[in-house]
Amino acid sequence: MAVLTAIFTVGFYAATAWLIYGLLRKIVQYWRTPAPLKIPTMPAPLTRGGVAMRLVREVVLFESLFKSNKWIWLFGWMFHAALLLAMLRHLRYFTEPVWSWVVLVQPFGTYAGFAMLAGLGALWLRRVLVERIRYISGPSDHLMLALLLGITASGLVMRYVARTDIVALKQFIIGLMRFDWQPMPTDPVLAVHLGLVIVLMTVFPFSKLLHAPGLFFSPTRNQVDSAREKRHLASWAAKLEARGE
Amino acid sequence: MGDYKVPELTEFTEIPALQEGAMSHSHPYLAAPEHQEPLGFPGELVEDWHDRAIARFGELLDKSRALRVYLDSCVRCGACTDKCHYFLGTGDPKNMPVARQDLMRKVYRRHFTFAGKWLPWLVGAEDLTEEVLDDWYSYFHQCSQCRRCSVYCPYGIDTAELSMAARDIMDHIGKGQKYCNEIIGKVHTIGNNLGLPGPALADTLEGLEEDIEDETGVKVRLPLDEKGAEILLVTPSADFFAEPHVDGLMGYAKVFHQAGVSWTISSYASEAANFAMFIGSYEQMREIALRIRKAALDLGVKRLVFGECGHAWRVAYSFLNTLAGPWDFLDQKYPIPQHICEFTYDLIQKGALKFDKSANDDMTLTFHDSCNVARATRMGGVPGGQFEIPRAIARAVCNNFVDMAPDSIREGTYCCGGGGGLLTDDLMELRVKGAKPRMDALNQVVQTDGVTHMIAICAICKSQFSKVFPEYGMGMDRVVSLHQLVSNAIILDGQTTDEDDDETKAGAAPTETEE
Repeated sequence: MAVLTAIFTVGFYAATAWLIYGLLRKIVQYWRTPAPLKIPTMPAPLTRGGVAMRLVREVVLFESLFKSNKWIWLFGWMFHAALLLAMLRHLRYFTEPVWSWVVLVQPFGTYAGFAMLAGLGALWLRRVLVERIRYISGPSDHLMLALLLGITASGLVMRYVARTDIVALKQFIIGLMRFDWQPMPTDPVLAVHLGLVIVLMTVFPFSKLLHAPGLFFSPTRNQVDSAREKRHLASWAAKLEARGE
Repeated sequence: MGDYKVPELTEFTEIPALQEGAMSHSHPYLAAPEHQEPLGFPGELVEDWHDRAIARFGELLDKSRALRVYLDSCVRCGACTDKCHYFLGTGDPKNMPVARQDLMRKVYRRHFTFAGKWLPWLVGAEDLTEEVLDDWYSYFHQCSQCRRCSVYCPYGIDTAELSMAARDIMDHIGKGQKYCNEIIGKVHTIGNNLGLPGPALADTLEGLEEDIEDETGVKVRLPLDEKGAEILLVTPSADFFAEPHVDGLMGYAKVFHQAGVSWTISSYASEAANFAMFIGSYEQMREIALRIRKAALDLGVKRLVFGECGHAWRVAYSFLNTLAGPWDFLDQKYPIPQHICEFTYDLIQKGALKFDKSANDDMTLTFHDSCNVARATRMGGVPGGQFEIPRAIARAVCNNFVDMAPDSIREGTYCCGGGGGLLTDDLMELRVKGAKPRMDALNQVVQTDGVTHMIAICAICKSQFSKVFPEYGMGMDRVVSLHQLVSNAIILDGQTTDEDDDETKAGAAPTETEE
C-alpha cells in the first residue's frame, strides 16, 4: 500500500507546515496589531504577575465561563481536559524510549476518550436543544463538532474494538519524524482517524480554533490595571500626536 | 413614545423565548450633514459606501488588536447569550452579544478571511449589503457598550469594542447617529454636551451658592475659571441643573469646602462626558480630552477631580493618560485623575468629615453599580475599590442601606439601559425594555427590604432612571446622587442646625449594617 503511505506522509508534512505557518502568521499579526487603549475587564490585576495568574486561571479552569454558565463550563472543561490527557498519552507514539511520565498518563489517557465523547456530545446536544444556541450555530460549528467526534470515536474504536497494529503505526510516525519513511499500517479506521487529524490541523489556523492563541492576546484579559500610573500609547497614536502638535 | 408594552417585572430576570425581529424597527435618528461634517465625517451616505466601509474596516483591523482577536476568537459557545440586558428585555435574538457580534463578524469573514472568501456558506460569511448595513445601524445602536458580556466570555470578547468600531465605520460612510454626533459638535464649539455657555454656567453656579447658604447658613463657593485653584473639577454638565444630578454637585462643593481646598470648574472644559467613546473615534475622543488638559494648564491647577459619571470616569481613569497625558505638571502625590468618591472617601477615612446620618433616615437605599465604573475603571488602590468605596460612603452617610441581588451588582451589574450614546428619546422603547433586569432586581429589594431610593454615580444612569422609573410605576425622584446623600448628611463648620453636637458623630467607620 505504497499509495496510502505516500498520501499520509505527504499529508502530514503539508499539514504540519501549514499549521505552523498559519498559526505563526496569526500570532505575528496579533502581536503586531497595537491595542490603542487600556481596556482590561475590571476588576483586573495591578501587576504583570497578576495578569499571568488571571490567564492561567482562564486557561486551566475556564474561570469566566464558570461564572457564566455551569453546564457549558462542565462540558467544555471536561472535553478540553480530556483532550489534553489523550494528546499527552499519544506522545508514546512519538518518543522512543517512551518518557516515563507519559507512561504514567497512559491509564488516564485511555479513558479520557470517553470523557471527550461525553463532553462533545453534550455540547452538540446543547447546540440542537437550547433555542438560543441553536440560533447562533452555523454549519461550521456543527462540522467542527463532527470532526472532533470523528477523531475521538475512531480512536476509541482502535483502542477498544478493532485494535490497530500499534507497533507498525509507531514505526510510521517515528519514520516521519526522522525522515526515514516507513509503511503506514493498512487499517481503514486508522486511515479515518489520521485523515481527520490532518483536516483538523489544516483548518486550525483559519477557523474558530484560533480561540486558543486568541485568549492570550485578548486585551480585556491580558492588560494590567495601571492606566493612571503608566502612560499607554500605541505606535499609530504616537504618530498622530506628533503630527497634531 | 411608540406603542410598546412595558415589560412585567419578575422575581428573577427570566431568559425570554426568542422573538426574531422584535426590535428590528428600533434605530436612532440619522445624523444630518450639520452634525456629521464638523466632525470630519461625510454629511450623508456616500455613493461608494460599500467600498469605503470595507476600507475603513481594514484600517481599524490594523489599528486595534481587540477588534482583530475578537472577530477571530468566538466559538459560539453561548456563554454570553443570556447576559445582555437588551436581550433579556426584548427577546430579540440579535441582541444576544454573540449574534450582535456576528453581524460584523460575517462581513469580516467575507472580506478579510480565507474561509469566508472561498467557503462563505460554511462559515456564515456575508457581503455588506444594504440590509446588513441597516441591521448594523439598528443593532449596534442597541448595545450600550456596558461590557457585561465581556465578563462572562471565556476569551474576554468585548462587544463594546465591536459596536464602537461598527459605529466608526458607519460615521465614515455618512451614516452617523444624530444624538452622539450633535453632542460632540457642541463640546467642540461650546465646551459641554448641553451647549451651556460660560455666562449661563456662572449664573447657575451662583444660584447654587445661594441655595446652599439659604439651607445651611454657610457660604460655600462654586468657583468658575478661578486661576491658581488647587483642584480642577470636571463633571458631567448634567450636574449643573438636571435632577438629581445637581444635588450631587452641591455635595461635591460642600466636601471641597469642608476639606478646605481651593477648587474650580472650567467653562472651557465644562464637561466630563466624552461621547466620542461611544462612536469609537479615538481622534474625537482625544480632541475632547485635550480640552481638559488645556483648562488644567491655563488655570494652573495641581489636581484633577472628576464628578459622578460612568463613561466619563472610564475615559478619565483608563484613557486620559493615553489621550491627553503625560500629566507631569500636576501634583504627583495624588492619583491623576481622581474620582470625587475617592476624594470624599479619603476624607472620611481621616475623620475629616462630620455627618448627621439621620438626615437620610427618610430613605432606605440601595446602590446601582454603573457599568462603566464597575467593569472599566477602578477607585482607590485595590481592585474592586470601585464597588467598595461608593458603598462605604453610602454607609457613612445613611443608616439604611441594602444591596440588590449579587448577580445584578458589582462586576455583574446591569446597565441602566441608557448608556453608550442611547440616552435619547428616539430610543425610548429600547431604554424602557433594556432597564428590565435592573428594575427586576430593584423591585425585589423594594418588596423585601422596603428600599425607597436607588443611588447612582453616573449622569446617564440618573437621567435614564428618572425617565424609566415612571414607566414601571415608580416615582422619578427615586434615583439619587451619592453626593446628594453626602450633601444631606454633612455638617459644615458653622452650620446653623436645630439640633447640635450630640446627634453629630464623625462618619469615620461604618459601624452597623452587614459586611
